[in-house]
Amino acid sequence: MSGRTLWTGFLVALAGLALLPFGVGGYVLGLMTLAYYYGVFAMAWDLLFGFAGEVNFGPSFLTGLGAYAAGLLNHYAGWPIPACVAAGAAAAVVGGVALAVPALRLSGPYFGLITLVAVLLLQNALVLNAGFTGGEIGLDLPDVLSADESTNYWIALAFMGLSGAILFGLSRSAVGLILQASGQDAVEASALGYNVTKHKLAAFCISALFSGLAGAMLVFYLGTASVGTVVDIAVGVQVIIAAVLGGRRTILGAAIGAIFLIVAGELLRPLGQLSTFVVSAFALAVILFFPGGFLGILSSRGGAR
Amino acid sequence: MSALLEVSGLTKRFGGLVAVKDIGFSIAAGEILGLIGPNGSGKSTVMKLIMGIERPNAGSVRIDGVDVAGWPTHRIARQGVGLVFQHSRPLHRQTVLENITLALLPDSLFRLAAGSHVAARAREIAARVGLEGVMHRRPSTLPFADLRRLELAKAVARNPKVVLVDEPFAGLTAGEVASFSELIASFRAEGHAVLLVDHNVKSVAALVDRVLAMYLGEYVAEGSAEEVMRNETVRRVYLGGKIELAARPEPTDTGRPPLLDVAGASVLYGKAQALEDVSLHVREGEFVSVVGLNGAGKTTLFNAISGLVPHAGEIRFAGESLRGRSAAQIARGGIVQCPESRELFGGMSVQDNLELGGQHQPAPVRERQLAWLYELFPILKARARQASRTLSGGEQQMLAIARALMMQPRLLILDEPTLGLAPVILEQLSKAMELLRQTTDITVLLGEQNVTFALPHADRVYVLEHARIVWEGTPTRFEAEMGTGYL
Repeated sequence: MSGRTLWTGFLVALAGLALLPFGVGGYVLGLMTLAYYYGVFAMAWDLLFGFAGEVNFGPSFLTGLGAYAAGLLNHYAGWPIPACVAAGAAAAVVGGVALAVPALRLSGPYFGLITLVAVLLLQNALVLNAGFTGGEIGLDLPDVLSADESTNYWIALAFMGLSGAILFGLSRSAVGLILQASGQDAVEASALGYNVTKHKLAAFCISALFSGLAGAMLVFYLGTASVGTVVDIAVGVQVIIAAVLGGRRTILGAAIGAIFLIVAGELLRPLGQLSTFVVSAFALAVILFFPGGFLGILSSRGGAR
Repeated sequence: MSALLEVSGLTKRFGGLVAVKDIGFSIAAGEILGLIGPNGSGKSTVMKLIMGIERPNAGSVRIDGVDVAGWPTHRIARQGVGLVFQHSRPLHRQTVLENITLALLPDSLFRLAAGSHVAARAREIAARVGLEGVMHRRPSTLPFADLRRLELAKAVARNPKVVLVDEPFAGLTAGEVASFSELIASFRAEGHAVLLVDHNVKSVAALVDRVLAMYLGEYVAEGSAEEVMRNETVRRVYLGGKIELAARPEPTDTGRPPLLDVAGASVLYGKAQALEDVSLHVREGEFVSVVGLNGAGKTTLFNAISGLVPHAGEIRFAGESLRGRSAAQIARGGIVQCPESRELFGGMSVQDNLELGGQHQPAPVRERQLAWLYELFPILKARARQASRTLSGGEQQMLAIARALMMQPRLLILDEPTLGLAPVILEQLSKAMELLRQTTDITVLLGEQNVTFALPHADRVYVLEHARIVWEGTPTRFEAEMGTGYL
């Protein structure tokens, strides 16, 4: 699929989704709002995995940092929402860099393992200091983005649209090309004169920035910051499955995957415990038989450009 | 003219192994130097040290006067060194043109769009290397030679002062070799310094101005291609010393089909032709040698016989076709291959390794085999309780052969047993082979680069070159007909 086709499809889809509040009720809107934030998590993750070739097993470390930095500042210091969100994004980038600089020195599976351990550390730190952070029950926030469901929905959609445009544009740019080369064959990329570590670190920062932003926005939508929604390992696993399901190296596919996972989970809720099983089995089947994910299937149908 | 690349005292150790020892040379602008040596000679390591992929332990690498030894790879590349990799890994989702564009971009995080001059330059380069017809295709749809062109294009794009080319002609047909030679010669015409790394002098002789030969990490000879080919030490490294022959006439009276009969075997690795229409046969009790330089296709041939790689053509063993049989079935059928990598169990003792080889046999037979092998290789008996990883290279090779013999093969395939062995060890191994041939009626198919080792035991010889059999005959005729042209 060419870049132009994808851009057109992306804009048409956004325009269509923007009309949703005129046709459906608050319940569906709430669900989609949540899905859009997860979509940004997944797109940010795909930039790192699909392009830089680094598997971040702890995407919720970054979202959690953003969410809790923003939440705590709002709860204790009473900062306004925009300042809290900006601080959350900054916290994710700083925390992410502190983690990535030593981790990127290691080759092989160690980067992934370090990110995995980081999530556990963050989760435990939050739970152990429950008196300060609200622990597993959650931290109540005095401010929320909006009380109106439609407004919340449009904010989330606009945020996802903007993030998607920036991340997708980046992935198709000259920098994206270098990043992809670095991820695929670091020796050859450096023999072509590219500082592979620099490019991977930049990708990690960008990934952290959007994860932190999305995490911070999410808690102001929910009105509460809790370990279960933004930090837990299971959240990270959902993000990874969403990105792979939607299509590795496509950025936009990751958002589609996230929306699919959340909507499918809800549609199958009558199945009870079984719903998670069904969704997971479906995801497994897609990954096994169509490793290109949803967008991969579409582009192979459409043929090479 | 001053040298663009000047290497001196370059040394690299991997643990206790000295892979490169005090190597020095220089290449002027507009000059091509061939760096040659058999497998394990350290020539590829020299290339990696220049590019900064490995860090040298000692020595200097000067690019146009600047010492870059120990710098990270990307800085060395920016200083003006380009490497044409042997195995290309292009970006598969991007077109050929985008892959070339990649090599033209600045190392910047903030230049999101490449300028229009970059696109124009990429097209120009594609045309120069002969990719103009496939610019908009994905690399995965290209034939092998075009993938190599793409690697060359990336080197052209960087416009480096020094171009390193790793095995420029591996896997290419004669016609493709000619057009690649022209492209590499054009680097010289433009005033680049070019280093070609290859196994043998012959393939690069027409192109290079000078040749430097290495063996076991050390300098052997330097000079024109002809001088190096005539050099005594080089000839000994590749061909060995004086050859004594002991061929037996081929038994033709039997009327039975040969034990092994290969007819028209071909193997493709991806898009590279590794074996092309090869036919040969081995009769019961014969010792047949296949000689050829590294990369000629010997291992591929043996792997095809052992059922390890898919192949076209027909391979028959003891009158029956091997098609459709698994590698395990073929091995149980009596074809035992002793691979060049030896594949010993390093932590196990010599005796354990041997007993494992005879695992499927009844205990009395196993013990008889073991006793016989200890007689054949007395050194193994002395080392029976030692862990096999503590053996020397030559002893390990003897153990690998002995383990293969434990399986009582009807056909023993030996793949380059002399690989990386010092000359004195070769003699011991050679004596054991002679004893084996004289005291048993074993059937052997031997693959060798070292002619001195391959010829004395052989009844018949095949020469494999660029995936094809180019000569067959007796060892006596080999000396007369091929002796000078082999290198």
